[in-house]
Amino acid sequence: MYVADSRANSPALDNAPAGEPSPASANGAVRLPAGRRRAAVAPTVLALGTVSLVTDVSSEMVTAVLPLYLVAGLGLSPLGFGLLDGIYNGFSALVRLAGGHLADRGGGRHKWVAGLGYGISAVCKPLLLLAHSLTPIGLILAADRTGKGLRTAPRDALISLSSTPETRGRAFGVHRAMDTAGALLGPLVAFLILRATVDGYDAVFTVSFCVAVAGVLVLVLFVPGGGQRAADAAPRERPTVRAALGLLRRRDLRRITVCALLLGLATVSDSFIYLLLQRRLGVPDRWFALLPLGTAAAFLLLAMPLGRLADRVGRRRVFLAGHGCLFVTYLLLLTSWHGSALPYAVLALHGAFYAATDGVLMAAASDGVPEELRSSGLAVVQTGQALARFACSLGFGAAWTLWGDRTALTAATVALAACAAFSFTLRPTRESAP
Amino acid sequence: MTVRSRILVLLSAVVVLAAVALAAVLHASARAERRDQAQAGGPRVTSGEVSLTESGRMVFRNMAWGPHRDEVTTVPASDPSGPRTASGVECLRFYAASGTGVCLQAVHGALSDTYRALILDAHLKTTAHYDVPGIPSRARVSPTGHYAAWTAFVGGDSYAGTNFSTRTAIVDVGTGELIPSLEAFRIVEDGHVHRSADVNFWGVTFAADDRTFYATLATKGKTYLVRGDLRTRTVTTLHTNVECPSLSPDGTRIAYKKRVKGLSKDAPWRLYVLDLRTMRETPLAERRSVDDQAVWRDADTIVYALPGDYGADLYETAANGTGKPRRISTAAVSPTFLGLSARNSSDS
Repeated sequence: MYVADSRANSPALDNAPAGEPSPASANGAVRLPAGRRRAAVAPTVLALGTVSLVTDVSSEMVTAVLPLYLVAGLGLSPLGFGLLDGIYNGFSALVRLAGGHLADRGGGRHKWVAGLGYGISAVCKPLLLLAHSLTPIGLILAADRTGKGLRTAPRDALISLSSTPETRGRAFGVHRAMDTAGALLGPLVAFLILRATVDGYDAVFTVSFCVAVAGVLVLVLFVPGGGQRAADAAPRERPTVRAALGLLRRRDLRRITVCALLLGLATVSDSFIYLLLQRRLGVPDRWFALLPLGTAAAFLLLAMPLGRLADRVGRRRVFLAGHGCLFVTYLLLLTSWHGSALPYAVLALHGAFYAATDGVLMAAASDGVPEELRSSGLAVVQTGQALARFACSLGFGAAWTLWGDRTALTAATVALAACAAFSFTLRPTRESAP
Repeated sequence: MTVRSRILVLLSAVVVLAAVALAAVLHASARAERRDQAQAGGPRVTSGEVSLTESGRMVFRNMAWGPHRDEVTTVPASDPSGPRTASGVECLRFYAASGTGVCLQAVHGALSDTYRALILDAHLKTTAHYDVPGIPSRARVSPTGHYAAWTAFVGGDSYAGTNFSTRTAIVDVGTGELIPSLEAFRIVEDGHVHRSADVNFWGVTFAADDRTFYATLATKGKTYLVRGDLRTRTVTTLHTNVECPSLSPDGTRIAYKKRVKGLSKDAPWRLYVLDLRTMRETPLAERRSVDDQAVWRDADTIVYALPGDYGADLYETAANGTGKPRRISTAAVSPTFLGLSARNSSDS
């Protein structure tokens, strides 16, 4: 924290040259002096990374104990709990777009909209202590996810606005690595609490709330707000809904969105990957719950290096290469080779796919969106991708039902290859890398 | 605000938050001590020998506070609220028949808890153990003692994940051969093979022929009673809206929980008995929602658990839907009535 903070407020001590706006301000990116290629990551990015890390510890604590709490703690049957997921996915897309739009209004309220999102999720934690039946618990989880939907685009906008175009890939990489570290730590913390107590679900929720509040505080205290843009004389587009939709008329952003959408249509959801891994490779039951950790670990380790690589060789290239990793993941799941190293290879490639695409896409999209519409623009891309992936899940599930898992996966592999080939032809007018 | 004051604000907030968090953990851990002390007026529990071949006894998981909480415990079936004898074997779920027991228990590891199923002999000695991929839910042993089955809840691996599923396994106790998931079985629905990624099975109950079993199959938001065949590895749908079936000792009826329209989402079930020859459903006298796989105490009586002060209490009610339900034991769950299947038993 100290590092992020000291930099946030003393640009003179940092890499930013005197006379430039603070590197932490959401106002604009820092232009690094020539020759200073290896600049430090912007303090705002570190602060946001800390917020995400802390928040993910909090939310993953709850996620990790929730099944046990429902079954063993409350004696409820959790089946059918996910039935509303489909409806919720549509709602979540709207929330995302609304979050992006709200954040852009009034000259950039990214911090406060993101803060509202983090705040809503924090408040949900103690509410879990009061809910003892499925409907209220379902509503609380929906509110929690609404908070997440609300904050994602403004947070990513803040990251992009506080880093230079040349280092954006790395900035997103650092943020995603910190975020994933939190997601890995959360279940561990929850487990330690359950170990120290008897049925200590109340303690898990209380601690999760305290951790979430700390995250919100870091955001409020150490992430600079926007709103200082008034002095800028350059003509600006007013952040209206129409302007947000009008973003899609911009060739670069439209192409990125189409890419994300097409490739999203061929991105099989994680749970299917783990299920296929278990079915096709016979991963023992006791390891099944650990599979997501493999993906997360690879994501954590590779997010920053691949972000940097994207800055150097081009974000689009790395983004497409990431889908190449996914393609190989599918191929490995289709092979009849059953080596003991195969699950590791699959998880490493799956993690690499996320590392090469998640933050990198946001970095690439940032280039095509004007500052005053940054949140809306990123929200459009994220929403397009999320809806495409949801459609893929539905289609994949249906294909599995009709033709079996192998045929469904073969179809996804072919679709991915086709979408990637088409995306490759959609060259932007200029490569994002210098 | 200066940097220093921001740091101060954050530090003081963190101190307060840490104090609240610590208090919550301490409060929850203090419960551990209370639960280790037997409460006044509770059932008397002593440790002793528990045998799975002794007829006329009820074996169950003792939920009463004290040193024997969660242990496999026995009482005379004629006096279920009488003094309890605890075995020292801790289980979350338990069932037994013909001298074979199945015990689903938690294994406290360094980084997380895992679960396993123990196959026990008549003296509760472990003869085999298997990994269970999630939170234990149901356990059963075939009347012959030759097969055991269990169901676990698996799920929740995405952000605020709400997709839970079940995994049901069957093991041949003699050979140790395990069917890790019934999802590998062929499903025949109305004469057609059914294939779907969203298939879930739970609540196996065995017939006495070492071949037939019944279970719940859920797919596309509906539940079915299925009859399974261990030899052809096929399940066939028989009836809709049946969960946690329990086959009567004579193999002609199924006691189960039925999702009844118009009830709350949290308490949607009523106990029913289905006659397998006529497919006629009979509602039982219990008016509360029961979330348990019932057991047959004898040809005419169903026993099941309902939430109680110390986790769960056991109740019984007539299988023909008459009479009134009666509480037979407090602080108990997962009951088994020994000697019930003796007439079908080929050995022991």
